[in-house]
Order: sequence, then C-alpha cells, then structure tokens
Amino acid sequence: MDFRLNEEQQMLQDTVARLVRGEYSFEKRLAFSETEAGFSVDFWKQLSELGLTAVPFSEELGGFGGGGIEVQSVMTELGRGLCLEPYLQSVVFAGGLISQAGHDSQKELWLSGIASGELQAAVALQEPQSFYDLNDVQTRAEKKDGGFVLNGRKAVVIGGHCADLILVSARTSGDTRDASGISLFVLKPDTAGIERRIYPTIDGSKGCDITLNNVQVSADALLGEDGKASEVIEYQAGRAIAALCAEAVGVMEVANELTLDYIKQRKQFGVPIGKFQVLQHRMVDMMSELEQARSMAILAASVADQEQSDERRRALSAAKNVIGRSGQFISEQGIQSHGGIGMTWEYNFAHYAKRLIMINHQLGDDDYHLERYAFLLQAS
Amino acid sequence: MNINYTPKELAFRDEVRAFLDQALPADIAAKVKGFRHLTKEDHQRWQQILCKQGWYATHWPEEYGGVKWTPVQKHIWDEESCDYGVPRSIPFGVNMVAPVIIKFGNEEQKQTYLPRILSGEDWWCQGYSEPGAGSDLASLKTRAVREGDHYVVNGQKAWTTLGQYANMIFCLVRTNTEVKAQEGISFLLIDMNTPGISVRPIITLDGEHEVNEVFFQDVKVPVENLVGEEDKGWTYAKFLLTYERTGLAGIGLSKAALSHLKQLASRCIKNGRPLIEDSSFSQRIAKVEIDLTAATISNLRIIAAVEGGGMPGAESSMLKVKGTEIRQAINDLARRAIGPYAIPFVEEELNLDHEGEFLSDQNAAPLSAQYFNNRKLSIFGGSNEIQKNIVSKMILGL
Repeated sequence: MDFRLNEEQQMLQDTVARLVRGEYSFEKRLAFSETEAGFSVDFWKQLSELGLTAVPFSEELGGFGGGGIEVQSVMTELGRGLCLEPYLQSVVFAGGLISQAGHDSQKELWLSGIASGELQAAVALQEPQSFYDLNDVQTRAEKKDGGFVLNGRKAVVIGGHCADLILVSARTSGDTRDASGISLFVLKPDTAGIERRIYPTIDGSKGCDITLNNVQVSADALLGEDGKASEVIEYQAGRAIAALCAEAVGVMEVANELTLDYIKQRKQFGVPIGKFQVLQHRMVDMMSELEQARSMAILAASVADQEQSDERRRALSAAKNVIGRSGQFISEQGIQSHGGIGMTWEYNFAHYAKRLIMINHQLGDDDYHLERYAFLLQAS
Repeated sequence: MNINYTPKELAFRDEVRAFLDQALPADIAAKVKGFRHLTKEDHQRWQQILCKQGWYATHWPEEYGGVKWTPVQKHIWDEESCDYGVPRSIPFGVNMVAPVIIKFGNEEQKQTYLPRILSGEDWWCQGYSEPGAGSDLASLKTRAVREGDHYVVNGQKAWTTLGQYANMIFCLVRTNTEVKAQEGISFLLIDMNTPGISVRPIITLDGEHEVNEVFFQDVKVPVENLVGEEDKGWTYAKFLLTYERTGLAGIGLSKAALSHLKQLASRCIKNGRPLIEDSSFSQRIAKVEIDLTAATISNLRIIAAVEGGGMPGAESSMLKVKGTEIRQAINDLARRAIGPYAIPFVEEELNLDHEGEFLSDQNAAPLSAQYFNNRKLSIFGGSNEIQKNIVSKMILGL
C-alpha cells in the first residue's frame, strides 16, 4: 500500500500547479470569466503545449495513457485555481466517450484534436426533465435517408456555447427512461436546426441549453452502436465523476486555507477570532471533511478506469455523495467563519464557495448518489 | 393552555386579510412571491398605501401616527403579510431609528424626523458595523469630534443595507476615547448629502448590490443631530438591537418560502414524476416543515409572554438561530429541487416582466442566488455565534 504519487505523477501535478499559480490569479480569473468563451483561450493553449490536454490519451495521440490518478493530479490543481477551462467536459468526458465508443475513423477524426486541445468538445446528455438520470432521454433520432434526424432538447451543457463538437444522447428506440435504445451522436454546432440558448453559470463559467429541431446528420455522426450508448455514458460519467471529485478537493483545499488564514488574522474582542473555541472546532470539522473528501477522491480515481462493476459504481456514488456533503459543509461553514466578507464578490473565498455548491449539481448531487448507492446495496 | 387565537384575534386576522385582498398591488405581490427584486419605487408605493391605512408604524405610539397593536396582532400582521407577498418593510427608519428617537430624542427631533419617515420623504440606513467592528460592535472607530456647533466625523461604516437609496443615516460614533469602549459612543443622525460622505457599493457573491461602504471625511454634523446624551449611544444602540432582533427569526418568511418550495417541487420532475412524490425529497421537506412548526410555536410562546407584559429576552436569540437555520434549509431544498438548472445564472429572468420563454421553471432563476444571498441570515443582526453567546450568558449563566 502506498498513497504517494510516483515521480511521474508528482511531476505532472507540480507542472499544473506551477502553471495555475503563475497564470490564474483571482483577478485574472474574474476577467477570463467575463470573456465570450468564459475561460482563458491562452491558458488552454498552454495546457495543450505542455501536453496536459493529452494526459488520458494514448501515446500515438501525444499522451501517456494516464489513468484516474493522473487525471486526478491535473484536476485537483485546476480546482485550486478555480480554472474555467473545459478540461472535464472536453478531455475527460467527451474524449472518453469517443475513445470508448468511436470506431477507428471517428477516433482518427476527433481524438487527436481533443488531445491536442485544438478541438473543444462538450457533452449534452441531460434534458429538462431528466434531473440527474442520464437514461432519462426524450430526444429522438429517427433514421432517414441513410442518416438520422434529431429532435429534442438538451439541458445545461457546460462549455457547449463555444464547443467545436457536441456529443448528444438521443433515443433511437425505447421509452423515455429505458437504458436501451439510447445512441450518441457527434454534432457540429453550426448544423442546421441547432439552436443554443447561452448563459453564464453562477460559478463563473458558461453553458447553454440546446434545442434540436429536425437536425439532419449522416450515419457517421453516430458514435458507437445504435441504441447501446447507455453503458458507455454510464462508464464515462463515472470517470468524469472521479475527475470532478478531484477538482472539488482542490477547491476545498484553498477554501480551508483561506478560512484558516482569515480566522488567524481577523481580530474581534481584542483577539484573533481563531482563538474562540467554537471557530477552532469548526475549522477542525472543515479539515476533517476535506480529508474524508480527499480519501473518497482517491478511491474514485483508483476505480475510474477499472472495468465496470457494481463495486465501481458504488465507489463512485459513495465518492460523489461525500464530496457533495463535504463541499457544502466547507462552503457554508467557511462563509460563516468569515462573516460578511466571505459573501463578497471582491474576495476570492465566495467564488470557491459557489463552485463547491455547483459541483454538487453536476453529475448528480449527494441525495441522488445516496439513492443510487442504496439501490446498488439492495441489488447486491 | 390554549394555542389558538381568540375570536377577537381571528376577527383582526379577517380585517387584515380583507385589507390585503383589496389594497396590495398584484404586481408587487408577484415580485415578492417570485423572489424578484423590488425597486425603490415599489417600496415607496406600498408604504403610501400602508400609511393611508394607518398601519405603517406598528411600533409607534398613536400620538405620532402609530397604530396600537398588541404583540399578537403584530404577529398576525407579519404572518399574513408573508403569506400575501407583502414587501418586507425596510426597517431602518420606521422600526429602528424611530423607536430610538421616540424614546430618547428631544421634541424637535420627533417633530422633524417622524413625519418624514411616515411620508416617505426620508429613507434611512444604519451606520453601525465597520470593517473592524462586526460582532465586536463596541470596538467601532468612526470618530466624531465636537467643534463649536458641529461634530466633525471621520471614519467608515460597512454592510450598510440599501445605503444607495438613503438620504439619512443613523450612526454610532466614538466621541470619547478616554473611557471604556462602550462608554464613549454617541448616536448621531446624519444627512447623507453632507459634503465628505461617499458611498461605495459592496457586490455580494450573487452579483447583487444590496450593501455598501459609507466613508466619512471631515463631515460636519450639527450638534442638534445628537440623540440623547453624548457618550450614551451604546444604551440607545442596544435598545435598537432588541427591535432589530424581533422578527429576525423570519418565521413568516420561512412559511412563505416553504409554500413556494412545495409548489416548485410539485412542478419539478424526477423519474417522470413530480419531485414532491419522491420519497427522499418529500422527507426532506417534511423534516423542515416539522422544524418550522416547532419554531412557530416557540415564537408564539415568546409573543404571548410579551403580550402578558414581559420583555423578549435571550429566548429571541435562540429563535433567531433556529429560524435562520430553517430558512436556509428551505433555500437549500429549493436549489436542490431544480437539479442541474441550479447552475445557469439567467439574469434576465430575475425580472418578472421578462418576455420570452423561461429556461426551465419560471421561478428557477433566482433560487441559487437566493440560497447564496441568504447565507447572510446567520451572519447579520448579530451572528448566530453571538446569539448563542447571549443565550449561554443570560440564560445558562455560563
């Protein structure tokens, strides 16, 4: 047993950490968030030049076949900087879907671009009625003229506002919440019939809802087998969950560091408020929550690339449940420890607090994963 | 023991309902119920209606234009107001500075300021907290030095709610540095248009401009704007804080928020069914409703004690803690109810007159922002930690 990163993984993490420290000050992040892309195109290029966007991909694609731990090393540092770049969406999730489901010519067409960062992809799997269930798909794809016609609506597609490719789930058969009958399509956003309603997100990023109105695509837009995408989506959502947990740990680390600094410096009643036992115990609780979260992020990263099993499913749901709860605890108690200043736009803590709460709304919140975990317990 | 209203109180409730049915503008109520922003004009329009009815100044004696309601009647008014979507009253003038002026001010101050509060001519804000004086309010540093007929004020106030609308501010200032912190504080009424005052917005994490910093640089304030005696301001400040604490538990607001949450949960969908039918979510709602029931009765017990001639004591501190936790829990559930749609921040839908399609549920847009914004509930009006200190000292003798 060894919980240390190996030399290569440590170097990877240090590289990202250095880059984030150098390029991602709080002030810069606010400015990136205001741009049309909602992130730093330059920073994305730097990630790409250092080979970081290729981490999970094979050597032929310029990567080094990194697994869950390598992705974790990158994501935690991106979390520390509250980085807005679509690493999770494009590299981990979309890249994973194409790697797993795509046939050779599709991989050739898209993966090297995604690995190099030249192509940015987004995943559009949720729908207005789906809540967090990715099998709850009403969008339909009908066969026509050797291709497909898509109709429906996809919800809260983070990064979808400026993506070059959008991976859309649509039903080629079956009923709304059936696991079978779901297919994946790779769409170019300028295809006729695609409408995007773009919005900022409350945690400083950007996304969109997508309406598909008789969108015609050729047969080679279909990713993987017709009607068999549910398993692929579930598996890759699991990898994305692990990456999101790692990001959350980075966010929590900084949130706790900021809070600790503050309660050491802020004086009331003639002493630093960190001298008050109620705040000391709260800070200890925040630290314990972070350590619980860190443990679960390690577990998630360790199972992320394992073959699918109920054990993997349980580990990932358990991790996301803990991350959701500890993130909310640290967010709320951190604000409370700061007082009013913790709620202001000009001070970075508030932005960490918001990201933690919103991580809980991505890929299933703590309630959703508790339920899933309980279901898997009953099934076993 | 009887936990129900008397027939007389029920008749009063009917009177309140009849008034609100007829007088509350529908556009204002819709904004309040949908958690949308109210303009200064909305507040002023509603204040005029209340004043005409004679129900604006519920903490004032009748001779100054107040209405003589019992604590139970005030409570009924609060409950019905929240239920109907009455705008929250901006308390700084009518419920905060006015009671201080009535109790400690001189006749001229009463004649000058009270009518202007009733007419809406003055919009007051509160100059208590400072960057270095939050929970430890008595450590405030804003300095007022007497020079002839004036005080010269220098310093900075923080977290001044709606200060951007105000033309008057009541301030705690330090007039004596030689004595114990609490003994060198005075209570000044200051015209915001005096040269040397500047207001800077503080934007909160939800992008809102609700609070401000107010800077004072060599601001000349006539001595007749001192309330009561010099260096006795702490006594008046504490008197005011008991008014502030009344109602901070926000029981009525929690009830309104809960009913809003239930409607929302019956429209949101999970597994093809209304979310309110989901067993785990409905249990979460049930739990918070049960907590709210308990807090409601605790609140009534305090009101009944005051009605019987008692003073609200440290019990209201306990209720502030419980009440704010409950409201925050309701806000948390409302944010959870919309699932992935908690993430978009659709600013244009924060206005009710938004034309065009709503991104998701028509009431979804403000929910995340409101959840974040209401983290303030456990911080302001004396943080919940300070409230617990009060309880442990006053009730438990620890």
